[in-house]
Amino acid sequence: MKNLHLKFLALALCLIGGSGVWYKTSVLGLPLTPDAETEVWTVEASLSFQADEGPTRARLFIPSSPPGFNVLSEDFVSGSFGLTRSADGTNRKAEWTSRRVSGTQTLYYRIQVANDPTGAATIPGPQPSFPEGPEYDEPYGSAAMTLLETVRQESADISSFTQRLLLRYIDESPDEGVQVLRSFAETDTEHTHNLINILAGARIPARSVQVLSLRDQMRRGSLRSYLEVHNGTEWVAFNPRTGSSGYDEETLVWHWGEDALLEIEGGNEAGVQFSTARTPRQTVAVAQQQALLGGSMLMDFSLLSLPVDTQNTYRILLLVPIGALVIVFMRNVIGVKTFGTFMPILIALAFRETQLLWGVFLFTVIVALGLLIRFYLENLKLLLVPRLAAVLTVVVLLLAIVSVLSHKLGLDRGLSVALFPMVILAMTIERMSLVWEEFGPREAIQQGVGSLAVAVLGFLVMFNDWLEHLVFLFPELLLIILAVVLLLGRYTGYRLTEIWRFRHLIREQDTR
Amino acid sequence: MIRLFRGLRHSGVLGMNERNADYIMLYNLRRNYPFVDDKLITKQRAERAGIRVPQLYATVEIERQIRKLPRLLAEHDDFVIKPAHGSGGNGILVVAESRNDNYRLASGRLVGIDHISHHISNILSGMHSLGGQPDKAVIEQRVIFDPLFERISHGGVPDIRTIVFRGVPVMAMVRLPTRGSDGKANLHQGAVGAGLDMATGRTTTAVWMDRFTDIHPDTGDPIAGVQIPEWNDLLELSARCHALADLGYLGVDIVLDRNHGPMVLELNARPGLSIQLANRRPLQPRLQRIEAMETVPVDPARRAAMARELFGEEEPPPVQEVGGSGVATAEPVP
Repeated sequence: MKNLHLKFLALALCLIGGSGVWYKTSVLGLPLTPDAETEVWTVEASLSFQADEGPTRARLFIPSSPPGFNVLSEDFVSGSFGLTRSADGTNRKAEWTSRRVSGTQTLYYRIQVANDPTGAATIPGPQPSFPEGPEYDEPYGSAAMTLLETVRQESADISSFTQRLLLRYIDESPDEGVQVLRSFAETDTEHTHNLINILAGARIPARSVQVLSLRDQMRRGSLRSYLEVHNGTEWVAFNPRTGSSGYDEETLVWHWGEDALLEIEGGNEAGVQFSTARTPRQTVAVAQQQALLGGSMLMDFSLLSLPVDTQNTYRILLLVPIGALVIVFMRNVIGVKTFGTFMPILIALAFRETQLLWGVFLFTVIVALGLLIRFYLENLKLLLVPRLAAVLTVVVLLLAIVSVLSHKLGLDRGLSVALFPMVILAMTIERMSLVWEEFGPREAIQQGVGSLAVAVLGFLVMFNDWLEHLVFLFPELLLIILAVVLLLGRYTGYRLTEIWRFRHLIREQDTR
Repeated sequence: MIRLFRGLRHSGVLGMNERNADYIMLYNLRRNYPFVDDKLITKQRAERAGIRVPQLYATVEIERQIRKLPRLLAEHDDFVIKPAHGSGGNGILVVAESRNDNYRLASGRLVGIDHISHHISNILSGMHSLGGQPDKAVIEQRVIFDPLFERISHGGVPDIRTIVFRGVPVMAMVRLPTRGSDGKANLHQGAVGAGLDMATGRTTTAVWMDRFTDIHPDTGDPIAGVQIPEWNDLLELSARCHALADLGYLGVDIVLDRNHGPMVLELNARPGLSIQLANRRPLQPRLQRIEAMETVPVDPARRAAMARELFGEEEPPPVQEVGGSGVATAEPVP
């Protein structure tokens, strides 16, 4: 069956187009709306130290693949130091070396991250072995055992166990046992270490994580520690200060483990300071950058990879099929008559520059004046091509005159008339005068108004920001448009205007 | 609106989209279009098939031939000049009488050979063919119209349009020029379309400017009941035209010559839909009737008979008494 073939083709086109859009939105994170913005965090770590005479070496942990974030870019300011980077499973390190420096040295590391739009935050790390039950000293041991026993009764699994434990540990009015346990630690890191130690008593694998809390315009920030426990299948993170689980959107994992952030050889008075800043950026740009870093072929060959001025051309070109769809609909389903099949689209494209009202006004003026002159030319009995050339010349002159006049009158909008496609105007005038001659003014004006109406509708549909954004980012939507056009190509129902034209025949049949 | 849409669908009116997709595209091969678009080819094929057409006097294909024009025209007293690819009756020059180097046009105006030369030159440049491509000028016999329609037409050339589907005439109408149509027999330009009963060849209902009417807007005379003479021959003539271009969905335009009877004026590969309004009958049931047939008789006479049998009105209007003009009015239908 012919139609079945067509329907399958249309379905296939829709599927291809739809899955392209789905992939781009959910995997690559391209936004469906033009004004979507994503927060981009710029984090700068500045390390400074006093270098001794002789060779100097500075090792700094740097983020590897922080859960919940995508790394957009990173760079180093190394001065006279040589830079190497190394990675071991979960962590990464930058190492600056210099044979001969002295005095105060400052090195910078800068990273740009954005929240992962897919929300997937898998924590890396190998499957750990169960820790040996530690041998606690007293009174630490009995306090830990009491706490573990209480918590065990309140919890169902490793996550809830850890959470209950944390809540008891940080309780504002802790019981005696917890007071004892807490007296063994003072700093943030020590408390986390303490917790790992207690958890080992329940044979729960745990590790400490050094994180940076992102705040806008933060200066002199430092890392804080988090706790991660392994629940048998994956690592789960906890904030040891609040007991809440998981990393929130403003917690950036810097490195795993308890090792010092910075190691210096051949220097002293070392310190690292963090500053962070938040900048909103267009989601499109962020997604593009991420996809390029991720090596996505689809983005590498997308329109975004073109030079900007070519991109702007395609922003308009991709809208033309939508205009064509409007034309198909208006002609075959509504039944509006127009001059030339796609002439209204070209007029609509010109309206983009002139704005709608001015566009309609200028178009009407030029066509009306052109028609007057065309009727005069008719008297001269010119041959076809010279006549067309004459009309074209007249159109160009009219454009120039309208521009000059409107400029003198201070109406600078009128200048944009030059953007009208003059050949199209000339052809419109020629066609209109032919129809006028052959079918009378009624038909000519009807078709003229029809063309203008379709152009206005085409303009309104084509040039809304949202649609422009959609087809530019998702050109595969045009496949869906193609499918609709193909289906309309086999539409054999009545046109709306035919219902009017044949309305009496309906009654005729009813009464018979 | 949906109710109207359904009503129309139910009534069986043929719409433009359906005509294009289900009939023209399916039954009319594009490569056969030139046979109807070029009136010269149509004419040659018709003559070979023995179908009566206005006699071809001469063709002018290049500008140089215009110089020989007086010699070409010398032997003919009256003639018509038209573009081979013209449409809608444009670019037609009718010369009613020629004496020495003066020509009297149908409108009564007297012109010289210069005027005629310029007109032909315009035709050659493609002025009257809608595509605008260079064209040929055809000089042919002037049809002397049967005065049958005198009282219900105003100037110009009344013709009979028949839709022929798979060689079977399915619907027909007379197109009557009005003052508004400027003598042209084109419904778009304001001519009256009068439906024809397929069985008897009598005019039934009429439409003018997409409105139903019973009288001619210029003369005020009633339209129904005018009998087309030799209707059977005319139907057969339309049926035979199917073989000329091998187009399944065809419009045949026929004029009635006072002396020679029906003549085929031109064929149309995309005939309009207003014929339904003129007859107040939908096309689709008739087309479907023919479409359902596995084979259609080869003999045009049988196809014409089929049309009379299948598509005739149950109650054709009574024959109008046409007084005064002394024309053969109601020839008995054999």
